[in-house]
This record gives sequence, C-alpha cells and structure tokens, in this order.
Amino acid sequence: MNTYELVIIGGGPAGLSAAKVAAEAGLHSLVIERDYKIGGQLVKQTHMFFGSEKQYAKTRGIDIASILIDDVKRHPDKIEVMTGTTVVGLYPDHVITLLQGEEYKKIKAEAIIIATGASEKFLAFENNDLPGIYGAGAVQTLMNVHGVLPGHDVVMVGSGNIGLIVSYQLMQAGVNVKMVLEAADTIGGYKVHASKLKRLGVDIRTRMSVKKAIGTTELNQIEIAWLDDSWQFIDGTEQRVDVDALCISVGLSPLSSLAAMIGCEMKFVPLLGGNVPIIDEYHETTVKNVFVAGDVCGVEEASSAIVEGYYAGLMVAKRLGHEHPDFAARKADYETQLDNLRSGPFGEKTRLGLLELRGERHV
Amino acid sequence: MFESWNKTGVPSPELIKTRFPDEEVLIKPKAITECYEEIPCNPCETSCPFDAITVGADINTPPVVDFDTCTGCGICVYNCPGLAIFTVQIKDDALVYKIPYEFVPRPGKGDVMHAVNRAGEIIGDCVIERVTFTEKQDKTALLQVRVPRELLYEFVTVRSKS
Repeated sequence: MNTYELVIIGGGPAGLSAAKVAAEAGLHSLVIERDYKIGGQLVKQTHMFFGSEKQYAKTRGIDIASILIDDVKRHPDKIEVMTGTTVVGLYPDHVITLLQGEEYKKIKAEAIIIATGASEKFLAFENNDLPGIYGAGAVQTLMNVHGVLPGHDVVMVGSGNIGLIVSYQLMQAGVNVKMVLEAADTIGGYKVHASKLKRLGVDIRTRMSVKKAIGTTELNQIEIAWLDDSWQFIDGTEQRVDVDALCISVGLSPLSSLAAMIGCEMKFVPLLGGNVPIIDEYHETTVKNVFVAGDVCGVEEASSAIVEGYYAGLMVAKRLGHEHPDFAARKADYETQLDNLRSGPFGEKTRLGLLELRGERHV
Repeated sequence: MFESWNKTGVPSPELIKTRFPDEEVLIKPKAITECYEEIPCNPCETSCPFDAITVGADINTPPVVDFDTCTGCGICVYNCPGLAIFTVQIKDDALVYKIPYEFVPRPGKGDVMHAVNRAGEIIGDCVIERVTFTEKQDKTALLQVRVPRELLYEFVTVRSKS
C-alpha cells in the first residue's frame, strides 16, 4: 500500500491551493479528483470574480482555474494529481480507498485535507423529475463546458449569486430567460448581478416559486404561484408559464460525508449550509491530522475557498515538520484576507456560522 | 430608497443620482460607479491608472470617485466584475457614454440601437460611435454611445433593433 505525506481529496480551488502552499513548504502531496480534470467548479465560470487581487478578482473563473492548475504543475516533484478517481472510503487509521475506473485501490496518508466542496440542493414539487429540469451547475456544465444549450425558454428558481449569474450566462448564450423566481422577500445575491439581468429585460419576481412541472415525456410548462409570509403557496395565485427548461438554484450543501465517515465530530449549522465537521482555528477536525478547506466546512465563494486552501496547506505542512519559511507572515496574510472577504453583510452568515460551529454564542 | 431595488434589482432615481456629480462636472467624461451595496470587491480601485477611485482597506466599502482626478478613460468600466460602472459626458446637445458589453454579435460603428433603461425598457434611440475590444479588456467590449441629452439618469445599455 502506497503511503503519502499528504492526500488532498478534491481538485477544486481549495484543494489545488492547499497543494501549492504545502509544496512550497516542502511537503509531498497527492491530489485526488473525481472528475476527468482538475479545477473544480471554476472551469464553468465565465464571469469575472469579485474579491481583491490576491484572490484574482476581475479574472474570469475559467482563467482562475488555469492559474491554480499552473501553480500545481510548477511543483511536479512535490504534487501528484490523480484524476478520474473517487474516494469511496476514509478510515480512522488514515487508510483511503479509491475507485479508479473498475479498479479499487487502497492508499495511506500521514495527513489528509478534505476539500470536497458542496453539492446543490433541490426543490420538492410535483413532477420535478421531468427531463428539462436541471440544477444550475448542470446547466453550466452543459452550456459552458460542452457547448450544449439546455433549452430555449427557461425559468430560473433562486436569485442567489449562482441563479443570477447562470441566468446572465444563459442570456449570453442566446437563451430566453423568462423570469427569475425568488421565494424570499428580497433578491438573494449581489444586486449588481440582478441589475445586469434587469437591464436585459429579465423579470425578477420575489415571493414566488414553482409549484409543479407539467409535461408527459418532457417539460412543457410550469405552474408558479405567490408565497405568503409563512412560505406557503397562496391558493388562486397560480399562473402557467411555457418553458422547455427549468433551472433550480436554491443553495448548496457541504459535501462532508467523508469527514463523518472518518469519525470527525459533526455539527448541523444551517448558516454554513448543513452538516459540517467541527474545526479548530487551524482548520483541523476533531480527528488528528485531518483538515478541511473550502465549501466542505461552510458554503462560500471560490475566493474564500482559495484562501482556506492556502491556509490548510500551510498548517498541515507545519504539523508534518515542514514549516513554511514565511509561516508567520503567510498565516497573518491569509487570516486578514478571509476576514476581509467575510466582513461585509454577505459574509455575516459565515461569520455567525463559524461562531456557532465552535460552540460560541452569537452576540 | 433601497426598497424597490432589493426586490426588483432596479435602483430608484434618488439612489441613482447619489452616484452622479453635478451636471456641470460632466462637461468632461466621468466614471459613474453604480455600486450601492457592501460587497467584497475592489478591482475598480486597483485598475484605475489615476488613483481616482477609492475603496480602501475594507474591500466591502462601496467605491468613491474623485471627480477632479477621474479622466473618464473607461478602464474601470471593463474591469468591474459587476459591470456596474460606465462613463458619461455631456457633449453639445447629447450624452456620450462608455458602457461595458458582453454579448455577440457586437455592434459596429454607426449602428443605431435601442437605448435601454435600468428596468430593461426601450427609451429611445442611440448611435454607436466606437467599439473597442482589445486583449486587455478580457472579453468585455467597451461601447462608446451617443445618447439623447434628456436620458442622463435613464440610459444604461443598448439593445439591437433586429
């Protein structure tokens, strides 16, 4: 059985950034990615990112992926990348089981960083399994990775940043986005994204959601309706809308099942997106030498995932006896960057969620 | 002032005017940053070659433009990830805007297009005076557009007539 110093599970922004800093500190790592290529969700993002220069603000997501991948490739002697490989088991003795095609493998690691990201939540409504109903991530994969349009007349459910951004990308691809529905009273994402859609003539309707999908072999129509203050549909307000695709973008849940499997103490923190491992200030879980970074420990933007990855890489390297030459300066810099990304109103959920995760009371 | 904007994404006229200087300042082109919300972002500040835009150490602070220093060059327009900046100048009896544009086909010089407001409604005609699309703009085109004078606080983008 091969033993690695560090195994990083997930080749998205957090995992790649962790590998880079760990390598700079002198640590050998293996990055395991389920997809056929690394870069995570960044490879589907055609829009310019927010943040500051250190997180590659104003660079398009797909180009940030290239930067992070090039960073990893600069350390061929330190970082090994395994794509098309799914981690199926994680055990307290640090044995990791992998599925690579038809082959089942076992490896071992001194330390592990779980950087598995998050998965999309879905909505329960009648006929929600009809062909033509997608998650926003699937629409981006089809459209921006494979060049396939999901439909011609689309309704988006959810006005968070992902819903707003994917709606804009659909319009760029020539798809008619008929409306964006938002169950809450106000738009969820950045208003600059909403304004981009409004000036294209896309209606954003708050306090509205999809009640059922209509069609026999594929989606033809949806029924939408108003919601009352307790989030219940108001009878008699139903309207039908002709669509051939419906896109669901109602939030993300941390993909934290591997952390649970290895025995990390978990906590359900809705502010962070769901079930997350309890971590200390160094991003270490309650299982020694098992660290986490990125959306797996709280859903945020890719910019925060990158910085958390750098941070976890720095901490793991130190733990294994490879203290980074600039350890103190790097640590302070990453902490400042994360504080800065989280200090505004959109970072409040993360700030309060992290307090709750650590068992502190909200003030 | 913020209520309709939170529900529809369309800022109110009062909110829009908070980002504009006095009209006499606009005899020269100036950047208007339609960034009303505290979001973690500062490329407008770092891309400005004249240091005319300030966000500050806390990148959640909305930008402030120093209209004395701003030359209206338009570099911030295509560097803003929110496409929330344009430049405008009052020139003779018309307005000259530089706006970001991320759609294909891109219009050409001399094209007459619909002038569109923040709610997506057509409010008149406008003429494309120049289209720039260089490598450093990273796929966001810059359209220089001549717009009727009365649309100063209304106009935000263009739409094809076909």
